[in-house]
Amino acid sequence: MALPNKPKGELKAVRDPEVEEREVDVLIVGGGMAACGAAFEVKKWLPDGMTTLLVDKAAMERSGAVAQGLSAINTFIGENSPDDYVRMVRNDLMGIVREDLIFDLGCHVDDSVHLFEEWGLPIWKQSEEGKNLDGKKGQAMGTLKSGAQPVRTGKWQIMINGESYKRIVAEAAKKAIGEDDTLERVFIVELLLDKNVDNQIAGAIGFSVRENKVYVIKCKTMMVACGGAVNIYQPRSVGEGKGRAWYPVWNSGSTYTLSMRVGAELSMMENRFTPARFKDGYGPVGAWFLLFKAKALNGLGENFAASDAAKKELENYAPYGTAAITPTCLRNHLMLFEMKEGRGPILMDTVTALAELGKTMDKKELKHLESEAWEDFLDMTCGQANLWCATDTEPEKKNSEVMPTEPYLLGSHSGCCGLWTSGPDYDWVPDAFKIKARNDKVYNRMTTVQGLFTAGDGVGCSGHKFSSGSHAEGRIAVKQACRFAKDFADFKPELAVSAAEAVDIVYKPVRTYLDNVAYTTAEDINPNYLKPNGMMYRLMKATHEYGAGTATFYQTTSKNLEIVMDLLATMREDCEKLAAGDLHELMRAWEIIHRIWTVESHLRHIQFRKETRYPGFYYQADFPGQDDENWFCFVNSKFDPKEQKWDVFKKDYIQIIPD
Amino acid sequence: MPSFVINEKCDGCKGGDKTACMYICPNDLMVLDPNEMKAYNQEPDQCWECFSCVKICPTQAIEVRGYADFVPLGSSIMPMMGTEDVMWTCKFRNGLIKRFKFPIRTTPEGAANAYEDLKGKDLDSGLLATEESEGYQIPKPQATV
Repeated sequence: MALPNKPKGELKAVRDPEVEEREVDVLIVGGGMAACGAAFEVKKWLPDGMTTLLVDKAAMERSGAVAQGLSAINTFIGENSPDDYVRMVRNDLMGIVREDLIFDLGCHVDDSVHLFEEWGLPIWKQSEEGKNLDGKKGQAMGTLKSGAQPVRTGKWQIMINGESYKRIVAEAAKKAIGEDDTLERVFIVELLLDKNVDNQIAGAIGFSVRENKVYVIKCKTMMVACGGAVNIYQPRSVGEGKGRAWYPVWNSGSTYTLSMRVGAELSMMENRFTPARFKDGYGPVGAWFLLFKAKALNGLGENFAASDAAKKELENYAPYGTAAITPTCLRNHLMLFEMKEGRGPILMDTVTALAELGKTMDKKELKHLESEAWEDFLDMTCGQANLWCATDTEPEKKNSEVMPTEPYLLGSHSGCCGLWTSGPDYDWVPDAFKIKARNDKVYNRMTTVQGLFTAGDGVGCSGHKFSSGSHAEGRIAVKQACRFAKDFADFKPELAVSAAEAVDIVYKPVRTYLDNVAYTTAEDINPNYLKPNGMMYRLMKATHEYGAGTATFYQTTSKNLEIVMDLLATMREDCEKLAAGDLHELMRAWEIIHRIWTVESHLRHIQFRKETRYPGFYYQADFPGQDDENWFCFVNSKFDPKEQKWDVFKKDYIQIIPD
Repeated sequence: MPSFVINEKCDGCKGGDKTACMYICPNDLMVLDPNEMKAYNQEPDQCWECFSCVKICPTQAIEVRGYADFVPLGSSIMPMMGTEDVMWTCKFRNGLIKRFKFPIRTTPEGAANAYEDLKGKDLDSGLLATEESEGYQIPKPQATV
């Protein structure tokens, strides 16, 4: 797609942009792993004569969480059973998950991994002697599909050479859906319900970040998958390093905000993820713990996680804390405990780990081991590799600090916030987990808004999908969207807003800017408006101080939550006066609006759940510990777009897979 | 670690319809100044250091300088992209240099099979199109509560 080249400030946003109206049957919003899965699958099921369109804020080749690459695929079922996959996810997420969604994902994820390998993703293999072969040499062993053994770092994880992972997956996706049915650099900012049919999705509005153009797109059905939410809490690095978020910094909570604002029910938004990572560079620790068998030490040099005190602490959170694999939040909890007790910092003992492994290796194998350690960073967190270089850190000679990050909201990694969606229509799935459309049929992964589907970070209560699971889930969801389009072939979407009104909504920050900019001599400071950059800092300060950010070791209280809810209400009011002078700034304006709504749902859920379900991720100090008697349930919420009111409520947890 | 563009090396992609770094940046940071015909990073504190711009630049004009907040000066890491491998040169602050080569892809670029001719049959089943064509059976839970 030819795009005009315009630098910041050169491409002034104009008061009256061009409008392009489109109508398709199946709309896909997003461009990451889930949306690429959907793009691959959609035309294989799209009924004859029907149309589809994918809209991505960036360029699919490098968009979403896998843009940089990955060094592992964390969900590959292989020789394991989907039943055990459910058990693992359930334990890691402290018991409250949607087992129907997780089991269903486990049935389909390997098909996506097999496709990745066929497309050219190098996957490590085990030689007959049990040695690790990289993805190129490993080809001699055959493919996973033909029975070759992957290199497992854990029960579910397999190692890859994944620098070009997203490029490969996007290549197949773009080919399958076709360039004519793809819009890149278009940011969808609001979804729209149908004018006539109650609670039915009918379209989306957005704008190009490359030219002054607003898009108004009607559709029968839609899949929204735009990732999780990042830069919502003050990061540990607040200067240039603000961009070095663990999850992709461009994920602005759009999946949640777009859907909640048309009334889709959210679930488990209180769940968050604060991964423990190599300090500042946020390089992955998984390979160090699992592949290199490294231990984390406290400041006194003790392997604190193996201490009697740690075991005793974990017993407080039985059965999760005493399970074979300690849940992610509790691993953080132990780390925070050490730091608070004055036994910090936490160090990854890379020196001992590599020395131990080196004992049984020859020189060539040692060189390969070193290469594996560096690749882990270079594939997915290049900056961590540079931090090692800049601090003269050779992992065989010098240990590195580990630290829990600022909070993130997501549904595909070791977190499970998101939308409440339908499970598959199988007899073993409880009716309470099936969502029916007005034709009385169940549509897997449909939200509580008819015709609105989601996948990846969007689907709540089923974490640990990671890249492969998100791809598979995008495929599952879009097939159902095609089915919905066929079943409602006669439905003709009608929007309640006109094209002119859509422009009024989307370009409001531009008009606020143009109306007021001449009043002052410096455009960033004006009493009549606020630039998105300023609002971003305001949101970060509020969540950091009151919303269980790093400032308070992830602790909040009922009173603090009351204060932050007031602050958020004022922020939403002031967002009416956001100003954007150029298209990049207009993107930032809408992103901060999406972030504020997402954070509000997160904190409303924390406020409602009167217990501390995820110690290590956050603490509600007025309600410490787990309260299974009252809170062994989902927390769901719904924003009513008509009444403009929130409702937060409990939903029963139903166990499906036995312990 | 914000990316930066070396003045001498950037040719603005010769005024083509696609400036490589601007095309690829997932966060819309890289832009072209059409008067100077040079690209620059317009918002360094939103740079994820994903190296997408570094890897795609046809004149190797883009590198990264560690975040001022916490990265000492003097080091660099540079990828050299091939069709099958990436070669990394990692230069330490103390002058030590390490080089690593990793596979990136086992098939030629553009060769991914998108199964464009495959059409699914049963829209009401839970099967994905490739699963259906291979006769895959969807497992059921071994036991339920």
